[in-house]
Amino acid sequence: MKKANEETISSRQKPLTDGQMCMQLFWITLTLSASTFGGGFVIISMMQKKLVHQLHWLTEDEMLDMTAIAQSSPGALGVNIAIVTGYRLQRLKGALICAVGAVIPPIVIISILSLFYSQFRDNRYIAIMLQVMRAGVAAVIADVVIGLAEKIIKSKSILWIGMMAAAFAATCFFRVSAVTIILICGATGLLHALTPSGKEGKG
Amino acid sequence: MIYLQLFWAFFQIGLFSFGGGYAAVPLIQSRVVEGYHWLEMSQFADLITIAEMTPGPIAVNSATFVGQQIAGLPGALVCTLGCILPAFIIVLLLSWLYIKYRSLKAMQGILTGLRPAIVAMIASAGVTLLTLALFDASLTELCLSDFRIVECILFCVSLLVLRKIKIGPIPVIFGSGIVGMIVYVLLEKIGV
Repeated sequence: MKKANEETISSRQKPLTDGQMCMQLFWITLTLSASTFGGGFVIISMMQKKLVHQLHWLTEDEMLDMTAIAQSSPGALGVNIAIVTGYRLQRLKGALICAVGAVIPPIVIISILSLFYSQFRDNRYIAIMLQVMRAGVAAVIADVVIGLAEKIIKSKSILWIGMMAAAFAATCFFRVSAVTIILICGATGLLHALTPSGKEGKG
Repeated sequence: MIYLQLFWAFFQIGLFSFGGGYAAVPLIQSRVVEGYHWLEMSQFADLITIAEMTPGPIAVNSATFVGQQIAGLPGALVCTLGCILPAFIIVLLLSWLYIKYRSLKAMQGILTGLRPAIVAMIASAGVTLLTLALFDASLTELCLSDFRIVECILFCVSLLVLRKIKIGPIPVIFGSGIVGMIVYVLLEKIGV
């Protein structure tokens, strides 16, 4: 499984120069950031679709690791994930490019809207469109989650599957903070890796 | 020295807003409304409404809005810079550590443990959005009679399209918005 993933990374169909990749990265973060209605996890799902499934620049596992990094830092998740992705692919240059790409759409949109705010807020068609668009956004997230959960379930490890279920219940129903969950699950993973027999201790 | 003040206020907001999204709102309010009196409470409420209706993180949206109101476009840029600078530094540091040490066994263990948690968090965000889409309410105040059939069909069709056809997320999101709006306007014309 892991090997297959690494191969897809090394066998990118057309090797890009660094400059071309930077241009593409800028364009991708700009367009994704302009369409992230509904919060940081939306941009993560969209990046997963774009960078893992369409472009094969990253593996699914890397994307999850980077999400963990973005979640562990303060600040907006959508901007953080852009920064870590940029750094992973093109180091400091990439991080700067992606950060700029991620903040341009909100700056432009809010600057314009703060002038026409009341017309915008009271426009019925915009209100309807924003409501129905949530269905599309939810579908994007659902699509990505199905793929990711499938992979965890296929690992057939009771520990990981149980942890996924527990973490889901904790965030969705009990509003446990992301920091707490990251600490607990990271510690469980560490213990699991360092236990010699690999015998699973439930965390 | 208004630029320095704006920068510093949003630097603090960027540094202490863990958890993202609405977790940052009380912090922004305490600085912008109560601390510096840059906005009235009613303006702040408007700001949250706009932030909700537009793409982009709420902290960046507020930074732009406040900066724009207080000191024009330069103000907006200064605030946004202040807001993302702490995250930029911390994220870079963590990314560097990640790339340097990710082959270590201990690091592998931590990351393997985090993956199910991250999948769960994405799923949870998805459920929140789905209940908003289908019931226009959050999970705790959900009322079955508010069920919206148009959104439900849109969700299923979008998901089917995403799973069966290789298509990017952006066309699906805007496509669902446009198709949904047309459907609602047509339904209104017929008088349902």
